[in-house]
Amino acid sequence: MAASQTSNGTTLRHAFGNVLSFFILILIGVLAFSIRLFSVIKYESVIHEFDPYFNYRVTQFLTKNGIYDFWNWFDDRTWYPLGRVIGGTVYPGLTLTAGSLWWFLNSLNIPLSVETICVFTAPIFSAFTSWATYLLTREVKGAGAGLTAAALIAMVPSYISRSVAGSYDNEAVVLGTLLAALVPVVGFNAVMTSEHFASFLVFIIIHVVAFVYYIKGILSPKMFKVAVTLVVSIGLLVCLAVVAVLVALVASSPTKGWSGRSLSLLDPTYASKYIPIIASVSEHQPPTWPSYFMDINVLAFLVPAGIIACFSPLSDASSFVILYIVTSVYFSGVMVRLMLVLAPAACILSGIALSEAFDIFTRSIKFQLPGLPGPPQVDAGETSSESTIPQNEVPKTKTDKSADTLKERPSRKNRKKEKEPVEKPSIKSQIEKRLLVLPFEGSVLAIFLLVLLGAFYVVHCVWAAAEAYSAPSIVLTSQSHDGLHVFDDFREAYAWLSHNTEVDDKVASWWDYGYQTTAMANRTVIVDNNTWNNTHIATVGTAMSSPEKAAWEIFNSLDVKYVLVVFGGLVGYPSDDINKFLWMVRIGGGVFPHIKEPDYLRDGQYRIDNQATPTMLNSLMYKLCYYRFVDTDGKGFDRVRRTEIGKKYFKLTHFEEVFTTHHWMVRLYKLKPPKNRIRGKTKKSKAKSSSTSSAKKSGTKRNPWH
Amino acid sequence: MEALRSLGQLVLALSIFSHLSLLAYSSSTQDLQIISAERRIDLTSHIVKVFLTLKVENPGTSPVSEVLLAFPPTQVDHLASLKAAITVGKKKKKSYVPLEVNPTELPDAPNGAKSFTISLLNPLNAGETATLEVLYILTHSLEPFPEEISQSESQLVYYRDSAIILSPYYIKQQTTFIRTPSTRVESFTRVESTDRAGSEIKYGPYKDRSTYSYSPIIVHFENNNPFAVVEELVREIEVSHWGNLQITEHYKLAHAGARHKGIFSRVEYQSRPHAGGVSSFKHLLARLPPRVHSVYYRDEIGNISSSHLRTDYLRSDLEIEPRYPLFGGWKATFVIGYGLPLEDFLFESPDGRRYLNFTFGCPLAETVVDKLTVKVVLPEGSKDPSAVVPFSVEQHLETKYSYLDVAGRTVVVLEKRNVVPEHNSHFQVYYTFNPIFMLAEPLMLVSTFFFVFMASVAYLHIDFSICKSS
Repeated sequence: MAASQTSNGTTLRHAFGNVLSFFILILIGVLAFSIRLFSVIKYESVIHEFDPYFNYRVTQFLTKNGIYDFWNWFDDRTWYPLGRVIGGTVYPGLTLTAGSLWWFLNSLNIPLSVETICVFTAPIFSAFTSWATYLLTREVKGAGAGLTAAALIAMVPSYISRSVAGSYDNEAVVLGTLLAALVPVVGFNAVMTSEHFASFLVFIIIHVVAFVYYIKGILSPKMFKVAVTLVVSIGLLVCLAVVAVLVALVASSPTKGWSGRSLSLLDPTYASKYIPIIASVSEHQPPTWPSYFMDINVLAFLVPAGIIACFSPLSDASSFVILYIVTSVYFSGVMVRLMLVLAPAACILSGIALSEAFDIFTRSIKFQLPGLPGPPQVDAGETSSESTIPQNEVPKTKTDKSADTLKERPSRKNRKKEKEPVEKPSIKSQIEKRLLVLPFEGSVLAIFLLVLLGAFYVVHCVWAAAEAYSAPSIVLTSQSHDGLHVFDDFREAYAWLSHNTEVDDKVASWWDYGYQTTAMANRTVIVDNNTWNNTHIATVGTAMSSPEKAAWEIFNSLDVKYVLVVFGGLVGYPSDDINKFLWMVRIGGGVFPHIKEPDYLRDGQYRIDNQATPTMLNSLMYKLCYYRFVDTDGKGFDRVRRTEIGKKYFKLTHFEEVFTTHHWMVRLYKLKPPKNRIRGKTKKSKAKSSSTSSAKKSGTKRNPWH
Repeated sequence: MEALRSLGQLVLALSIFSHLSLLAYSSSTQDLQIISAERRIDLTSHIVKVFLTLKVENPGTSPVSEVLLAFPPTQVDHLASLKAAITVGKKKKKSYVPLEVNPTELPDAPNGAKSFTISLLNPLNAGETATLEVLYILTHSLEPFPEEISQSESQLVYYRDSAIILSPYYIKQQTTFIRTPSTRVESFTRVESTDRAGSEIKYGPYKDRSTYSYSPIIVHFENNNPFAVVEELVREIEVSHWGNLQITEHYKLAHAGARHKGIFSRVEYQSRPHAGGVSSFKHLLARLPPRVHSVYYRDEIGNISSSHLRTDYLRSDLEIEPRYPLFGGWKATFVIGYGLPLEDFLFESPDGRRYLNFTFGCPLAETVVDKLTVKVVLPEGSKDPSAVVPFSVEQHLETKYSYLDVAGRTVVVLEKRNVVPEHNSHFQVYYTFNPIFMLAEPLMLVSTFFFVFMASVAYLHIDFSICKSS
């Protein structure tokens, strides 16, 4: 009778734990979604940064023109005059997901705009990610660890930084739907790049295994053997042929089919040595120690404990997790961007560590509590944490986690037949656990400290989500004594471009602003953030670093009508074009050797004050940024470089200012038509004609397009 | 070159009109005559307002019930609004009674002059006189000259009209006053007895002018008022019987003055606001109804942060700035949206139908709307819509699908060209609606969730595995 009662109680407890963990998972999903809405509440519902604008534009195209046009899309509004085959070079997972979400909602007559869908895709998928983490961790160490890991990943700053509302990028979605983004529906680009081979192989193997099990089920054993030999022998032949072709293909390319970015993963110095364009992106730099603390916070200290927990006992699943953390720690050390890969691994291991620690400490407390009868607990198989609730001030989340552990174990054992019967090891472990009992006071203190640690983590995550990662980077704000001040200069310039220039005008800017210009201003750009053609970018870099006339000729040969520069010197916006200028020089000089970096540096120092080199002061970038800057305050004091500029009064002869935004952050110049130039020349005396023609000759020599 | 051409046109027009006026002597109907006429032309903004006071006498024998007004064809194309009223009572008890005005065709009108008929309340008997007040508004009638100006230049415009009032009647005495925004008048056509004092130019008094007399004049003057023209405005008014009226307005704004040429220097614009951008404008004022809530101001790339809302019991003032100052020829698009309490605008008529009572025109002050589309989205299930508008508009019906609609919502679409602030009068849309339809969408949601839960309960009780685990 007693036995039946306890079994009854266990099933009830299982059901209760099931429901509870279901609701906790829903709450974790809500948490993951809502912690990412700070950007919408503090700023507005808008697409963030650079790459998301491209994805947004692609999604708009997809929803407007349908999937077939999307696959065949040749975009002539970027990389002028080359264009870009979007359909074949884009990873369609993200856009197809958001596009079908939009299509689904609209077919239900819920008229949400594409922009709204794109803004909220990332938070939705981070909720999915935390659920996926729960499933993965549950396989490793049970439901308790799973729930802890899910709660941790729901608010890990590293992932928040990539998935706040508005960060409509692959990275935000890729953790949740790894397969969707990698399955190359189109785009032989993805197939032809070697780094994706491994993920492909895994994908194929999973399907083959599933297929074999299915066949095994429907055929008799004898038939199955025949079939296997047949398939294997044919398959091997085909595989060999395919491998031979692939090896030949891969070997024929100079980098063995690996892109520069991936090569710099294997050799961290590769990019800075050979490809400045990859090194110029701050995301591709190795991270600093503070960034680890910023991005995964206390998880960094919990991970070693989690690794130890995975070794006792070591199973297939836990060894997978260990391998995962080791590789991801290496990759995150190479590129800041890959901190994102580390985050889920760290969360899983910290979840394991936390849940194991809670497990041990609460058990120690329970065994030492007076008045608790021993034998019934041995009957129950394992410790029942529910009995401790009324007596202890144990945190609530912990109790149901162990309840889930209880529930989960039998079911997994049922699946894995090779495991021993239930009763024996539990009694054995019971005895072991009695030996592992820790002192009562120590356990209480440790639990208190762990809770404190968790609280610290939560506070840090909320702070990171609200303050550090919520800014959309196209709108800037500053808090001054007279309230909030908004700098909306980027959109001011893009709106001006889109309404007051011709539809087919070409706009030249550094590649950072390419995606935004095509998406927000709807104008053709020369280069954009898809940095696929280094020569083209180098041409723009060369033009920016050349003197006015040579730059005019380069831009004119590219059909450029407007030049856009970003200038932060008036309001102190540090990531402007003057600070990026050395990269333009480097990238330009890498292809056109007449641009030499030392010409722009005075004694190895980059400066724009009166010590700056003449090449620097005569470069187009300097002139376009500082044109009439001195008229603002009379001195020309640059607030980013904290110095007075070197050359204050100068005129532009080949460019004219057509628009400057309110805070001078974006300045737009128009190329003067060549007619004026000729008229000016003829006005001058004919005696000078020989000198002008020679100047022109030298100019053409410099122009890489002639 | 341009000046020469317009001068040529002027001379041509002069000769034609003087010729025609001679011809017209004999043919026109002489049933009325105007004893005195006074015309005041207000050129202070880009919307030209003309106030015309006519004292009409019936010298004939039979009573007359209609008074005719004539306009040159160039003015008729730009005529946005024409209103007439008759003065009733003497001095202190004077009041105005509005009269009906309709376009007509006069077979004997010279040179394509267009006519309008004012229908009097009571026929004018022989020998009686009446005083009529006429207000008409012209848009796009100030032609910038020079057509292109640089940032610091101020904007000069031409206004063309006739020194003598064009009329199918004999006018005994008339005077025309033209008011310019500033004292800076580059030139004006001098005909006999022309006078200028400050910002006012006076033509007349002229005596005993025959029918269809015309004497072209040009005034060239400075006008730096914002030439704010909304090229296209779509106002969507969505009625929700849950208590909200949601208005969304899509604007395509342009500066219709002299085109900006050459550079735009932010230094000039910021350091010397008056000299460095005198013809540009930046501020717009939208007058919204009181009790407005959830106001937003954005464009296709997101929120525009430069706006202020002031509310009081009588009205709400929304001050907005486009993303950038507008110079001549520059354009901007934006959206204003706001919600209003439904009980202020939706009423029940005595016959049991409901009607929405809302303002028609554009809420922006001092703007011309070239094409205005008003869409009234009625709730799903409403029937027999009909619109009552105090002036002529094009009407048709559409269907719109919004949140969880099955049958779609009826949309009454009203279209009108050349809309000025005088069109901000109320219009009504009548329809019938059964309140039971309000429950359709909540019930639909409830049943959907019910079926989802039922399906998941069923799913948990069915085994879907392909191969049985042994």
